[in-house]
Amino acid sequence: MTDSGKDVLINARGLTKAFNKTEVLRDLSVEWSAGERIALIGQNGAGKTTLIRCILGQYTYDGTLEILNRNPRRERVEILKEVGFVPQIPPPLKITVKEMLNFFSELSHIPKQHFVDIAEKLGLQIGNSLSKPFVALSGGMKQKLLVSFALGKKPKILLMDEPSANLDPSAREIFFDFLGSYNEEALLVLSSHRMAEISGLVNRVVEMDFGEIVVDKTL
Amino acid sequence: MTKQGFLAILRLDLNQSLRTKGFWIYSLLFGGFVAYMFISGITESQIIGFVGLGRLLVTFMQVCMVIIPIYVLITVVRSIVGDKENNVMEYMLSLPVSFSSFYWGKFFAKFIVIYIPLLVAFFGAVIWGMIISLDVPWNLFWLYSSLLAAMVFCFLGIGMFISVYTRSQEFAVSSAFVIWLILVAFLDLLLMGMMLKLRINPDAVIGVGMLNPLQVFRVGVLVLFDPKLTTMGPAAYYILDTVSRGVFIAFAIIYPTLLGYLFAWLGNKRFKNRDVI
Repeated sequence: MTDSGKDVLINARGLTKAFNKTEVLRDLSVEWSAGERIALIGQNGAGKTTLIRCILGQYTYDGTLEILNRNPRRERVEILKEVGFVPQIPPPLKITVKEMLNFFSELSHIPKQHFVDIAEKLGLQIGNSLSKPFVALSGGMKQKLLVSFALGKKPKILLMDEPSANLDPSAREIFFDFLGSYNEEALLVLSSHRMAEISGLVNRVVEMDFGEIVVDKTL
Repeated sequence: MTKQGFLAILRLDLNQSLRTKGFWIYSLLFGGFVAYMFISGITESQIIGFVGLGRLLVTFMQVCMVIIPIYVLITVVRSIVGDKENNVMEYMLSLPVSFSSFYWGKFFAKFIVIYIPLLVAFFGAVIWGMIISLDVPWNLFWLYSSLLAAMVFCFLGIGMFISVYTRSQEFAVSSAFVIWLILVAFLDLLLMGMMLKLRINPDAVIGVGMLNPLQVFRVGVLVLFDPKLTTMGPAAYYILDTVSRGVFIAFAIIYPTLLGYLFAWLGNKRFKNRDVI
């Protein structure tokens, strides 16, 4: 718990990740709490995606990392029930949108209609695309669908890696409005190159460079 | 591993596979081959004493021995490493699915997708044979169905192992091809024959032969026939002359299954303990 009484949801101490002896994350320490909306910015290769993948339990690492007070490698499944993730590049899945809805509903025990409702709020009429393969949707439609799945879980932690990259300007506006009104108790981490675009949405900016945090500023 | 995650990935991977052209081409190839054999009158010809449906099933198995191992390897080795390369893994493993559920869900989905068309082709042959009043050699049918399942399981395990250990699809496919070549080289007609000619201890030859799942499969296909050196090759002949049929049938089903499981288990062990992307 922080001084302000908020739960610390992501806590890293001395977090280091190396690939073939090249350190991509260097002795990183972070303490991110419920209610924070963090802009994770930095150049390509700064370590943003690596940090997100460590949080998702996809990478091994040195140091200490606790997500929701749990170990992301040993207790991945329990943690990921509370985490929503939107990738920068949508996976090229050949299954239909309907099958994806079934898949997410089965995994999260949330009715399909809930995801459909969120998608419609984001401007995506799923009804017309149910029989289409996910991979055949436009970039914007894929992104909206993935955002719907991530938000539909009502996660405590929402991780988004360049989530608006495939959205057109009007869809981007709707998306950010929607995020702005999203659960204030959740921790939101937005990885982005375009700080200007998300500045109105966040209350903390964390800039990474060569695997280190070089700026950590509360707005 | 959780049952829910396993079943979700199994269904997802099945749906994915059913939407690929490769699956339908593969299914039509084997179904079409059975149909072609009936049309071409193969059931009326004779091989090592077998005619009718038995003759057809033997030919089908010989074709399977040539195609299935390399097909399974080439298809499966791209599975895990392919998912890494095209960002499927990053997304799927951001969901509450354990690494083992993901791995074994994919494994068994691939088993179903590869084995079921073969079994359907087999059943189709038997049903059509019954319709045109051929005798159904049920002993061959059950033996061959089991041998095929064991062989698919074996090469699936090896394929998943390679897929976890390699970092690119190109390297995975090359590795699969090299492994297949080595196994083929250790069949009777090539190295085994040469080893016997060079008067290497027959027990050593048998040992090498029994370790090779392709060789085990080949001998397993012939196990119900009278062993003749000219038709079986030296190693198969020696093996069947040394070991009883019952023992060999059990071995031919259990050994490849265990070998496949061992490789799959080793693959999963590495998969869940390393970086998954």
